[in-house]
Amino acid sequence: MTGGVQAGAAPAGGATPQPRPREPWRGPAARRLARRLITANETWTLLALAILVIYFTVRAPREFFTLSDFSLIAQNSAALLVMAVGQTYVILTAGIDLSVGSVLVLSGVVAAEYYTHNGGAAAGTGTVWLGAVIGLAVGFGWGAVQGFLVAKAKVPPLIATLAGFGAALGVSYLVTGGSDISSMPKKLTSTIGLASIAGVQWLIVISFLVAIVFGLILAYTRFGRYTYAIGSNPEAARRVGINVDRHLIKVYALSGLMAGAAGIMSLAFFGNTTIAGHATDNLTVITAVVLGGASLFGGRGTMLGTVIGLFIPAALQTGLVIIHVNQYWQYVAIGAVLVAAVYLDQFRRRLRERA
Amino acid sequence: MTGSPHDGARLAEAGRAPSGARDEVATTGEPLLRLRGIGKHFGPVQALAGIDLDVPAGQVTALVGDNGAGKSTLIKTISGIWEPSEGQIIWQGRHVHFRTPKDATDAGIATVYQDLALCDNLDIVQNMLLGHEIRRHLLLDEVTMEKTAKRTLHDLRVTTVRNIRQTVGSLSGGQRQAVAVAKAVMLDARLVIMDEPTAALGVSQTALVLDLITRLASRGIAVIVVSHNLNDVFKVADRIAVLYLGRLVEVGPAPEYDTASVVDLMTTGMSQRSRTANGLAPTPDSGQEG
Repeated sequence: MTGGVQAGAAPAGGATPQPRPREPWRGPAARRLARRLITANETWTLLALAILVIYFTVRAPREFFTLSDFSLIAQNSAALLVMAVGQTYVILTAGIDLSVGSVLVLSGVVAAEYYTHNGGAAAGTGTVWLGAVIGLAVGFGWGAVQGFLVAKAKVPPLIATLAGFGAALGVSYLVTGGSDISSMPKKLTSTIGLASIAGVQWLIVISFLVAIVFGLILAYTRFGRYTYAIGSNPEAARRVGINVDRHLIKVYALSGLMAGAAGIMSLAFFGNTTIAGHATDNLTVITAVVLGGASLFGGRGTMLGTVIGLFIPAALQTGLVIIHVNQYWQYVAIGAVLVAAVYLDQFRRRLRERA
Repeated sequence: MTGSPHDGARLAEAGRAPSGARDEVATTGEPLLRLRGIGKHFGPVQALAGIDLDVPAGQVTALVGDNGAGKSTLIKTISGIWEPSEGQIIWQGRHVHFRTPKDATDAGIATVYQDLALCDNLDIVQNMLLGHEIRRHLLLDEVTMEKTAKRTLHDLRVTTVRNIRQTVGSLSGGQRQAVAVAKAVMLDARLVIMDEPTAALGVSQTALVLDLITRLASRGIAVIVVSHNLNDVFKVADRIAVLYLGRLVEVGPAPEYDTASVVDLMTTGMSQRSRTANGLAPTPDSGQEG
């Protein structure tokens, strides 16, 4: 910290000709809101998303910005969004969870095993629910173990969850013998997987509900506040009596739970366990959180940012397909966007610090 | 230091009450915190021995000493990080045993360490109420929390912060120190211990923090300031306690000392007075050879 720049000099500061108000932090609400909007990361991320959408809409007016395209993007991203919700919490604590894709697969596999042994495609509603709960529990438990390794055993999050990533996939292959399970209950695939409510697919509804609920928890509850505090300065959190270890375990368990939920959603959507299809989910999800303005050093980021951040690569991908760019360029483009976003963020931060 | 330290010591000696009187001064004020025979050893290493110290409310007690004199050990013992190996801590007239920092905090002893322990990404309100958030049905009550924080800052006349919702990371060193102190005060601390509060600060920032320390004391809060900077010590301290190699060699009202006599005590553990107390003749030239 280079102290002594503005404070102390403040009384003689000279920049404000009028006498200093007694409570200088109280300003007109509108100006305060405007300043908050300008300084908020989400504004800029949303602007980037808007520019992408406008660009592709102008390039391909008929195809890009149609409702069906948007819902297609949202549907494909539903499981990723749910995992990104958990990942946001983890990254806010200055951690990382690389295991999400594999935990999704494992939770799906265990639930699918349960379905296979309990009626398969003809399984009843109770079975479908119970299988879903089992899947969630597997994710939660796996996440809690990883959280324990991070918080208590002091294994760095990168290593603990990388090990979890490999192990969860390995266990999935062991359980299934290497081949996907594909006889899912009709009651699952035809409802959550396909059906809509008021014209919106269930998957989209669920993913956004999850994002909203956990976004509110993050912003307006003590659990959320502690998550920021621990990512910002764990020692400070510890000194005021916050049980940092227990909170970290909860956060990793939450990420696991979210991966479990994504596993069930994925089962419903694809109708099979898609074991080999989630190797890079973790990177997609982390990209979304970082694009959304979260800092990998912890303590900074929001759920709204994550949601916007998830749809930037998704919009980019869909858009590039629609304007007939070679699909392999998509990966290059997403990489470039990621670096640009983080660079701009740093640049803006440096400007603000200098001001 | 220029000049002979002894001159200063003698000058101070000249205007001083008879030996022994100062102890009475200390005890008549019903001290908030009393340490009796506090000792602390880590294995064979004796870090503190036989510390008797009274800390009265509404006064600033400066704890000075050279590196390794035991200042940190002593404040960590008071703030519950380490339990003393022997001796008693009497807090508000009661014998207490602080096993954890939380015990001490709950009792009303707040310690502001040099690293301040603030969350840079959280704003001033969030930092001040961290771990003690006010809630209304499970949700954080930001309005009430903001009011509470504002009131405390206002009481302490911390007016240099422009926006109570700005992140602590964007504050200057003095402001950060002020937030850390306000956080301690907010938890109804009766005793605030500050470890090297001005060590990393420039001139104007130091003035701000010293001002804050004086204001704390005027609100009836006891303050212990650990500092290397004797200029700052003499600006704010009501009493000075000098540690030397784990022992408390002197305690007394600040006006009885000057920089030279305190430096003498810090570096040699001796002064004219302690020589007298030991029955040695107070010869003007007895100097450092003791």
